[in-house]
Amino acid sequence: MTDVIATAADRAARATPPSVARRVRGLSDRAIAWLFVAPTIFLLLAINIFPLIWTIRLSFTNFAANRPNREVDWVGLRNYERILTDGDIWLSMQATAHFLFWTIALQVLIGFALAWLINQKFRGDDLWTTIIVLPMMLSPAVVGNFWTFLYQPQIGLFNYAVAWVTGADPSSFEMLGSVTLAPWAIVIVDTWMWTPFVMLICLAGLRSIPESIYEAAEIDRASPWRQFWTITVPMVAPFLMLAVLFRGIENFKMFDLVVQLTGGGPGSVTELASINLKREAFEKWRTGYSSAYAVILFVTIFGLASIYVKALNRVKAR
Amino acid sequence: MSAHSVTEPSPGRKRVAAALVVAYALITLLPLMWIFATGFKSPPDSIAYPPKIAFEPTLEGYVNLFTTRTRVTPEQLQALPPPDGLAETIVRNRDMVIAGPSKFGERFMNSVIIGFGSTFLSIFLGTLAAYAFSRFRIPLSDDLLFFILSTRMMPPIAVAIPIFLMYRTLGLSDTHLGMILLYTAVNISLAVWLLKGFIDEIPREYEEAALIDGYTRFQAFVKVVLPQAATGIASTAIFCLIFAWNEYAFAVLLTSGTAQTAPPFIPTIIGVGGQDWPAVAAGATLFLLPVLVFTVLLRKHLLRGITFGAVRK
Repeated sequence: MTDVIATAADRAARATPPSVARRVRGLSDRAIAWLFVAPTIFLLLAINIFPLIWTIRLSFTNFAANRPNREVDWVGLRNYERILTDGDIWLSMQATAHFLFWTIALQVLIGFALAWLINQKFRGDDLWTTIIVLPMMLSPAVVGNFWTFLYQPQIGLFNYAVAWVTGADPSSFEMLGSVTLAPWAIVIVDTWMWTPFVMLICLAGLRSIPESIYEAAEIDRASPWRQFWTITVPMVAPFLMLAVLFRGIENFKMFDLVVQLTGGGPGSVTELASINLKREAFEKWRTGYSSAYAVILFVTIFGLASIYVKALNRVKAR
Repeated sequence: MSAHSVTEPSPGRKRVAAALVVAYALITLLPLMWIFATGFKSPPDSIAYPPKIAFEPTLEGYVNLFTTRTRVTPEQLQALPPPDGLAETIVRNRDMVIAGPSKFGERFMNSVIIGFGSTFLSIFLGTLAAYAFSRFRIPLSDDLLFFILSTRMMPPIAVAIPIFLMYRTLGLSDTHLGMILLYTAVNISLAVWLLKGFIDEIPREYEEAALIDGYTRFQAFVKVVLPQAATGIASTAIFCLIFAWNEYAFAVLLTSGTAQTAPPFIPTIIGVGGQDWPAVAAGATLFLLPVLVFTVLLRKHLLRGITFGAVRK
């Protein structure tokens, strides 16, 4: 891959007409800096910022994308008002909150525990770490679709395994079909997929703690319990913070995995914000209204992202 | 305390830790093993109760994945010449004949084209930008870098509304080019952040020496920095490729035919009376396998990739 790029750049340099080449070579550092950054900024402006501005504009209208020829009216802030008072949206926010809280809580708990165990440095720990990491690299849509098979009552492996452990009848519960179980079904799959992410970051945190601190604590006769709470936990905390924020942002916009698992159902108990938004925008075609909804999600994520970057810089400083 | 360092865990503790980690790893692998196994089951075996662990392997799932079939009457079947090849034999056992290829091959190729196309573009643009951010004083560079990262954080569905309208106007809906540009725009933030980290690690002295030797800045970049950044560029490329490969939200909203990738397609593989699970599993296996291989290759840089270069280990 790298060779391809290097030779491509070479070829590009050679293929450039001499006059241009001379100009490129003779460029000042400042000019090169801008020449190198400009294409990226341009692409992002065209495919991210321009659409964003368009969304903000649409959010003040009653435009419907499936009827582009209809007259478009400015409705001011009415879309925003409607969203903030819409009961469905609050239900979907509740579903999102439930999903966020439990996925993060479980992933932090299991992820940290696994990292701590792996950090006991047994033989083969690298191999097992790689194996544990596999689920998070896979396509959420493809894997989510297959989980609907594992969740089938009776024939599904998940139900069978639960039945085998608890002695219940495997066809007595429907993980995806039941209003009470479906919100947990999506939490389970997300936790299965993303616990390794938290684990990897915690492991890096644990490995960044200098041994000398523990040695000093040992000399001071601090108990292992005390060492854990006064050294290990505070030293890993910034890393954990990074993991939590990242998972928070990712799960706040969760779409692919859950859409494949439940499609937002049964009813709308697992209709997370993005799924709800997709329905408004691409099924009900309320483009203006869903643009306002998108803007509200943007602002929320933007806030989270700026906290994330602060946390990121703090970890980097270590 | 024993002879080794005070922070070295005892052998007993190591053994318990190893056992727990291995147990977790095996449980977490089960769904993946099940996908792999289901791909080689016959449709009745795949939905048997209790779930079958031992079964007679068949390629029926793979045959069904790559073909479309039509049902024929036993009399018609009798009248046909003997089957040529394994696929035809398998299909005829179910009273069917192969009618033609399925769309899976095409969708898989779309994933390959869009994945590699967008990866190449993101790396090309990302390397240039990362070099500039790493080596030159760019005004407001922190704000620009934050802006670049924040584009990655946007919920795809929210971005998809205006992109859908924009692509419809420009005629980019359901085209390879449209998807390549879109995935490049999403991946470029990752590419810039990761590559900046890798280039930051290359000592400036190398380039400075080259500049003194009479290289221009551009030559120094191509001949000194790029080879040094090779591993970093390769692992960044794999991350971009995996993202584009796995992406679903944009693909499902913006493509439907010509440019549709595999993730929106695989869940729609239907058999008689619902999903054809062996075929779905076969498709999933073929689709997930390259990512598994890449993950193993990447394992040293994994952490860096998933944290935008913040955690380097």
